[in-house]
Amino acid sequence: MKRILAILLENEPGALSRIVGLFSQRAYNIDSLTVGTTDDQTLSRITITTHGDDRVVEQITKQVNKLVDVLKVLDLTEMQHIERELLLVKVYARDEQSRAAVTRVCDVFQGSIIDMGKQSYTLQMVSGKDKIESFLDMLRHETDLIEVVRSGTVGIGRGDKALRS
Amino acid sequence: MNEQYNGSQLVVKALQALDVKYIFGYPGGSVLDLYDALFQQSEIEHILVRHEQAATHMADGFARSTGEVGVVLATSGPGATNCVTGIATAYMDSIPMVVLSGQVPSNLIGDDAFQETDIVGCSRPIVKHSFNCRHAEEIPTVLAKAFFLAKSGRPGPVVVELPKDILNPAQFFDFKMPENIEMRTYNPNVKGHPKQIKKAVSAILGAKKLVVYSGGGIVLSNTSLQLTQLVESLNAPCTNTLMGLGGLSGTHPNFLGMLGMHGTLEANKAMANADVILALGARFDDRVTNNVQKFCPDATIVHVDVDPTSISKTVKAHIPVVGCLATVLEQLQSAIDASKDRIDRSAQEDWWYQITKWREQNCLSFDASGEKIKPQEVIRKVYDITNGEAYVCSDVGQHQMFAAQHYPFKNPRQWINSGGLGTMGFGLPAAMGVKVAFPSSEVICVTGDGSIQMNIQELSTCLQYGLNVKIVSLNNRSLGMVRQWQDMLYGGRHASSYMESLPDFVKLAEAYGHVGIKVDTRDQLDEALERAFSINDRLVFLDICVDESEHVYPMHIKLGSVDEMWLKKGVKA
Repeated sequence: MKRILAILLENEPGALSRIVGLFSQRAYNIDSLTVGTTDDQTLSRITITTHGDDRVVEQITKQVNKLVDVLKVLDLTEMQHIERELLLVKVYARDEQSRAAVTRVCDVFQGSIIDMGKQSYTLQMVSGKDKIESFLDMLRHETDLIEVVRSGTVGIGRGDKALRS
Repeated sequence: MNEQYNGSQLVVKALQALDVKYIFGYPGGSVLDLYDALFQQSEIEHILVRHEQAATHMADGFARSTGEVGVVLATSGPGATNCVTGIATAYMDSIPMVVLSGQVPSNLIGDDAFQETDIVGCSRPIVKHSFNCRHAEEIPTVLAKAFFLAKSGRPGPVVVELPKDILNPAQFFDFKMPENIEMRTYNPNVKGHPKQIKKAVSAILGAKKLVVYSGGGIVLSNTSLQLTQLVESLNAPCTNTLMGLGGLSGTHPNFLGMLGMHGTLEANKAMANADVILALGARFDDRVTNNVQKFCPDATIVHVDVDPTSISKTVKAHIPVVGCLATVLEQLQSAIDASKDRIDRSAQEDWWYQITKWREQNCLSFDASGEKIKPQEVIRKVYDITNGEAYVCSDVGQHQMFAAQHYPFKNPRQWINSGGLGTMGFGLPAAMGVKVAFPSSEVICVTGDGSIQMNIQELSTCLQYGLNVKIVSLNNRSLGMVRQWQDMLYGGRHASSYMESLPDFVKLAEAYGHVGIKVDTRDQLDEALERAFSINDRLVFLDICVDESEHVYPMHIKLGSVDEMWLKKGVKA
């Protein structure tokens, strides 16, 4: 079962590698990982997507919580939440026909064209995992993909509740 | 103007403020400034080892016997990496330790400079926490935090990396030790949740076949007296893990002996047949549980631990209680005393009757009728001659299990061994650490011909500092436990378990300036022990030739339940 963990931790050198090390030591897979500072520059927030049964995820959560740098851990999957991922994709757009097709797909999926080359368009989309994958499928159907960059999921709980220090 | 100090002096000042009396270490390029600062003071004594691994084990032995933080000092690169085994050993057994490691100057970090390794990276999976100290001004705070982390909550080793440039003797700073350590991310639970305490008490008082299963946590948290009081007030049978031995006195009538792979039949039978297990500071190690799927199927498990990750890690706890044992035991005791419910004494009588039947099988008996000396009889004689009062530090192997089984430990912190990691080479340096802490006490290193050779160079350190430990080596000319497994599980094929070309240990001890005594036959044993234990001003190395074919029994049957055991060769319980 897929899980999204939001982790608030000290913005210290080595803090991220402790988290990553903990996953690899215990042979837990990380599907995606994003990290950045929060409004408080001394704190970073990590979103990790992983998978496992309840027992595995309970252990992961406890182990992460046990790390001295970690302030709070929240399993977003257990609550109403929003998840988003940023996609940047470069595709071939050599002729009028392919440019029109790519633009159409981009419009339908509410992506945007953010750069163009002589033979390519670079597109951006912010969405959930499923929509991003459908978008990529549709683009693949119309043209060839040159380069795909995905940020990995970031997540936040719905409503007024917040993960803060 | 306030007096100012350079980085090295700040380290020393901070360690003094933290009441450090001993540092175990070895100098090298990146920490020479610090050594110079240590040289110029007299509050802290530095013990020069011969290998940094031994420094960590000495600090570990010191910490286990005193309950204080053990301190290690090593240089960068190879000095630091030599500490890794000792750090891992301390981590597995939750021992408070601070390892100060040198590092190349900040401007060279990451350049593969001479004697550079990323020790914080190398040790990350085996520390409670680590610090890269980057500025001299932060040294006192970092050290205060390191000590606080090492000894609070679930204790453990902490590494502090000190680059050479911040130890620079030519730059000066104010010294300010933080008064309180507060870390917003670190708040170990102290008090057990009242609802869980209530549930625990109701399970305990409702039990017909209760067993108290206490681990190393009892020793670490100094709650032996509270445990004894609880066990006595309930008249409960109690078993200690290998790490918990001495938690309840080995001679206490309610003590069932150690449980687990080489535990007693009565302890393991009681566990398997219990209806309620009260686990205190124990982590359900696989050397205890045997096959987890078959572990104590009918028992309600109450699990008290300061570390939430230990709870339900391998065995599902029905009633988890997270908190410090001292506080939780107080909560449990007062709730039990105040409860209207009383334990069912007649059911308990039946339970004790059953346990007595298991005890009568005398599972630790051995046959000493042959010519060769049995390792068990040596341990029993050592027990007698020391009145059970000695600190016993063991290495790892058959001798460790014989010592755990046949030397009933009266007190916590009296039995020092590498339980979690099973580190051969631990015994001698650990015993030295204990001797540093308690110079007038009898400190014994129980070892074997395999283990002792892993840190035998420390005989030199023993001479330098007059660490007159007694080395009792049960010499079976083989790696006994490996050989036992090969006998039982590998068709008797002794692949690389035979120690060819053993040194003459008596001459070796003498070469290092100590007393060596060899015992070949049983008729020499008593006299040799008498002589060895009458010598107090020298280290004595007793090289005792024991029966190499002897196995440690009882022993779990592989992948069986906790009470499926071999009692003797080919005899199942």
